[in-house]
Amino acid sequence: MSDRLSGNEAVAYALKQINPDVMGAFPITPSTEIPEYFAQYVADGEVNTEYVTVESEHSSMSVCIAAQAAGARAVCATSSAGLALMYELLYIAASCRLPVTLACVNRALSGPININNDHSDSMGARDTGWIQIYAENNQEAYDNFLMAMPIGETPSVRLPVMTCMDGFITSHAVENIELLETEVVRKFIGEYNPENYLLKKENPLAVGPYDVSPYYMEHKVLEAEAMKAAKARILEVATEFEKISGRRYGLFEEYRMEDAELALVLIGSTAGTAKAAVDKLREDGVKAGLIKIRVFRPFPGEELARALANTKAVAVMDKSEGFSANGGPLFAETRSALYDLKERPYLIDIVYGLGGRDVKTEDIEKVFGRLANIAATGEIGPVYTHMGQRSKEENA
Amino acid sequence: MATNGMVEIRWHGRGGQGAKSACLLLADVAGLGGKFVQGFPEYGPERMGAPITAYNRISEKRCTIHSNIYYPDYVIVVDESLLDGIDVTGGLKEGGAIIINTPSSPQEMRPRLRGWTGKVCTIDARRISEEILGKNLPNTPMLAAAIKVSGVLDAERFLVDIEESFKHKFADKPEVIEGNMVTLRKSMAEVQVG
Repeated sequence: MSDRLSGNEAVAYALKQINPDVMGAFPITPSTEIPEYFAQYVADGEVNTEYVTVESEHSSMSVCIAAQAAGARAVCATSSAGLALMYELLYIAASCRLPVTLACVNRALSGPININNDHSDSMGARDTGWIQIYAENNQEAYDNFLMAMPIGETPSVRLPVMTCMDGFITSHAVENIELLETEVVRKFIGEYNPENYLLKKENPLAVGPYDVSPYYMEHKVLEAEAMKAAKARILEVATEFEKISGRRYGLFEEYRMEDAELALVLIGSTAGTAKAAVDKLREDGVKAGLIKIRVFRPFPGEELARALANTKAVAVMDKSEGFSANGGPLFAETRSALYDLKERPYLIDIVYGLGGRDVKTEDIEKVFGRLANIAATGEIGPVYTHMGQRSKEENA
Repeated sequence: MATNGMVEIRWHGRGGQGAKSACLLLADVAGLGGKFVQGFPEYGPERMGAPITAYNRISEKRCTIHSNIYYPDYVIVVDESLLDGIDVTGGLKEGGAIIINTPSSPQEMRPRLRGWTGKVCTIDARRISEEILGKNLPNTPMLAAAIKVSGVLDAERFLVDIEESFKHKFADKPEVIEGNMVTLRKSMAEVQVG
């Protein structure tokens, strides 16, 4: 079924097709249009979801945790400061092994106050124990959301899943989209039948009690093992999804990487812009390619190292600062992943697009120009820079 | 960077005039007609009356570029007063056109366009919408003018598809559809090309 939808509309439509048991919904900014569109479906009786409007994002995630612990399927959506306000609860959802699904529309965190796209919100939540899957466009936002529950709910994983799309660039842009039939979606998602839950009278359990030091670490290791297991499950679900949609997904997408010497590693909508730049450079005979990270948690380190093994120079592009003084989060992961290679490509980090700073194909071509120079001379120059930064003179 | 066969449109309006809605509607209608589309606003500290920008890409192949549009084929100015503060013709391609909401003629507008030598089109969107819809809703006339001037969609097919889109969009208030359709036809007839 072909349609034209924004990213927010697409995820709201996916939610309608899934018909989850509970939505914890904070109805205004910094949440997204997703609960707003979904509220219409609820009001029109098209779903029978318990739609709980709450006073904050802290509460919306609390509602999801309680509902999921009780054996229900719970969802929510948020952005930016809303995700930040959920922070404490994100850890609780993951450590209680509650596969809540959250649509994160990536937007900058204050300050200075800014509402536009970057990845600082979900990158800040990268160590919370949530699976994170990122979309390039509305189609991927829809598809990733449909795959989230089969990934998170599987017994070997049992972790919450955050599907991310770029704020405004994807969430508010109307583009063509292929939608699946609702029956097909429901069959794909299946029923949620957790083994244990709060209200199971045969085996009542406590959720979220205090854990003493002699056991806490064992529980964290189990959580870490689940995150490792998620990688295989993500690929299995992608295979199943391809059967119903014809669309193929992996842990990352390799674009024109077969013989690529110069490559980018990046996340989200800018990968689309960069593909156009790669095409243009290929026409000029430049062996350019890119890797678009789809799954950031669990991080596909070994697979990424293999994919980059034959490149000469690579630019990692981070859409969040990280303030590590040593490059952004994607750079840290990528550089770590490449450490075990016998021969490593030159590697630089470019922080870009903060607070909605637009990225043009020309900007990407310049990055490849720099990589060509590094590959030719072996001189890396500054390892970690910021794209399109105005000089002090220009700022004055 | 537009690839061959892609038409890029930039809308300039003020918050509340419906430039964003018209942009998204154009994307929907063009998509319904079988094109690949993008319709997206540029968000900032928007509020009623503040300048806003929105963009459309319409092409035969899916466009993966997700940047703003810097070299549009067409520029649509929903509010004439923006001409004084914003370089609306910035980057406008030589063979392109600017379409302005104004009671003035293209000849009268040209001196205000900072040396733009290409096609200038005008339409009195305020008068048309006030006459037919009873309100100053300039976005529908501007959309019609854009279709007529650009030829990006076949005009007749566009009218059929947009009526379909209106039926969906205004399912709760079908009485507004006819007025909008009359507005579209009248606007296509009245747009002046100079």
